[in-house]
Amino acid sequence: MKPFKNDSNNPNQIQSYQEMFQEVKNKGEGAFIPFTVAGDPDFETSIEIVRQYVDNGADALEIGFPFSDPVADGPSVQAADIRSLNSGMTTDKCFEFISRIREFTSIPIGILVYYNLIYKMGLDEFYNKAKNAGINGILAADLPPEEAGDAVNMASQYDLGQIFMVAQTTTNERISEIVKMCTGFLYVVAVMGITGARSDIKKSTVDLIKRVKSHSDLPIAVGFGISKPEHVKDVIQSGSDGAIVASAIINIITQNLDDLDNAKQEIGSFCKELKGSTKNKIDG
Amino acid sequence: MITNGKFGKYGGIFVPELIIPALEELEEAFLRYKDDEKFVEELEFYLREFAGRPTSLYHAKNLSKKFGCKVYLKREDMLHTGAHKINNTLGQGLLAKYMGKTRLIAETGAGQHGIATAVVGAMLSIPTEVYMGSEDVERQKLNVFRMELSGSNVIPVETGSKTLKDAINEAFRDWISNVENTHYLIGSTMGPHPYPTMVKHFQSVIGKEAKEKILQKEEELPDAVIACVGGGSNAMGIFSGFVDDTAVDLIGVEGGGEGVETKRTGATLCKGTEGILHGSLSFVLQDNDGQISEAHSVSAGLDYPGVGPEHAYLKVTGRVNYVAVTNKEALRGFELLSKYEGIIPALESSHAVAYAEKYANIEGNKGKTIIINLSGRGDKDMFLVAKEMRVDV
Ligand SMILES: Cc1ncc(COP(=O)(O)O)c(C=O)c1O
Repeated sequence: MKPFKNDSNNPNQIQSYQEMFQEVKNKGEGAFIPFTVAGDPDFETSIEIVRQYVDNGADALEIGFPFSDPVADGPSVQAADIRSLNSGMTTDKCFEFISRIREFTSIPIGILVYYNLIYKMGLDEFYNKAKNAGINGILAADLPPEEAGDAVNMASQYDLGQIFMVAQTTTNERISEIVKMCTGFLYVVAVMGITGARSDIKKSTVDLIKRVKSHSDLPIAVGFGISKPEHVKDVIQSGSDGAIVASAIINIITQNLDDLDNAKQEIGSFCKELKGSTKNKIDG
Repeated sequence: MITNGKFGKYGGIFVPELIIPALEELEEAFLRYKDDEKFVEELEFYLREFAGRPTSLYHAKNLSKKFGCKVYLKREDMLHTGAHKINNTLGQGLLAKYMGKTRLIAETGAGQHGIATAVVGAMLSIPTEVYMGSEDVERQKLNVFRMELSGSNVIPVETGSKTLKDAINEAFRDWISNVENTHYLIGSTMGPHPYPTMVKHFQSVIGKEAKEKILQKEEELPDAVIACVGGGSNAMGIFSGFVDDTAVDLIGVEGGGEGVETKRTGATLCKGTEGILHGSLSFVLQDNDGQISEAHSVSAGLDYPGVGPEHAYLKVTGRVNYVAVTNKEALRGFELLSKYEGIIPALESSHAVAYAEKYANIEGNKGKTIIINLSGRGDKDMFLVAKEMRVDV
């Protein structure tokens, strides 16, 4: 195990997922992991939005690379993807985006991509660039373990995490298989469906968290449909190590496209609130 | 999954984890029922009594004379709802019923697959919803009305380019959220495994009938089989009967749009590169980053930036020759068949007709026997063709 480092403000030392999850656990908290699409609505604003995340309690970042046909995502994220692409984002600019974020934070950065972006660039080049940009883990939303052999090998070659999703529909048998290939953390899909801000967290999500926990020693982060501080609190209390919030934050961007300063401000205070609800975790 | 669903390296299951169990369930059911006596009997009954199979293999004498080749037409245009699509919707609809699914969803571009799904939903009493890009809803109002008359709910898709590929995205999203009770009835030999294999299976009746009839009529195999390729289902259907007969030229005709060299084209195999779209590795129209491009063809059924993975395999192995025909050439094919044979073809099928003329004109091809897969009839295209011909209707 790497020595524990408590220097998350030193951007030269990239914190690993393991270190981060351990650190928040030691504080009796869960990890707050906000998501955004790189370049939404434009490169510079997007950087500032990520800065809001970092300044307001993010323990790790989940950054989406925009894709024209994001089948695993709902309307909010798809609209963000389109805004980002229209603003001129490319895969290389996404890596540049990560490098820029690395100038001001050392917390773990995971990227969420669709596999065609990786395949088109070539796995070797993509993973190499990801490593150089300072990325910790790669999650390809449409790459199940059956197709992920090459990606997993490449990730281990570049010492990157290959992150996988598990869902309510995933059998215990599959969870065990996925855990074998997964490094970093397991992404647990909270609701049956696609990303989008939902109004309540179902009991089935709580059950799923327990089920995954009993099959895996990897840290887990719950995402999809977490839109309120209470949701964050619920999933952390239910035993999740972290909570990923996407659509609810993106909706703030969508609603404030004509007043981006206001968007940044609102995002900042929303993040503070979300992070607040990861605290005082009841263990057991 | 029980089988890996690869054609060489193409195909696969590039989908979010949430869908995997549904694909496993579907594959399992498909393998269980495809040769099940009761299922086969019931499917054959519906194909015969509801859809109107078998379709004839018609010797087009006038066109033969004009082309200088012996031209046969496989008359899928005579089927209920006007195209081959119903072979697949009956097969999958029945499978969904055997699986106990209580809801069907489908995507549609121009509406042909949507209608074929809608009538099967009505006939089998399974509630059906059809996703359709809002641009297509606007362009194809009549087909929307036909689907609604058959009791289906048509859902306009406002995301992305608001056309077929977005309707597919939206249908996938619906399926992800409703996998337990819903069957997603994909309309072509595309998508994740088992769809390419399953749709080919249900369309292979075309190839089986065509082969049997040509051997009866000619006592030998044809020299060439020509079919249009959108997602690739009518082509896979007829090719499947001849793919092992290596002396038979198999030709897939893509929608060239305004020209393969232009941006406005649907010629995925001729122009595209390897990539992953809608669950499988195949050829796609995309930019250098892998962002999917918009396709274009005068015929909505060929207007798709992807193509079924088995076609990618047949292309790289050289078994099938893929060519493209422009909008203009397709319209000529449309007019030729209408005028010489009194058969008004779908614009998709017109691409195959247009290429048949080119094929006949290649040196050494005079006198050869050609089967054109006439995948559908042209009723749906009347307004569009009239507009192209500058006729007021
Ligand atoms: C008449 C007809 N032919 C061909 C196609 C193209 O589909 P495929 O390539 O799957 O046969 C369509 C699609 O709508 C169609 O309606």
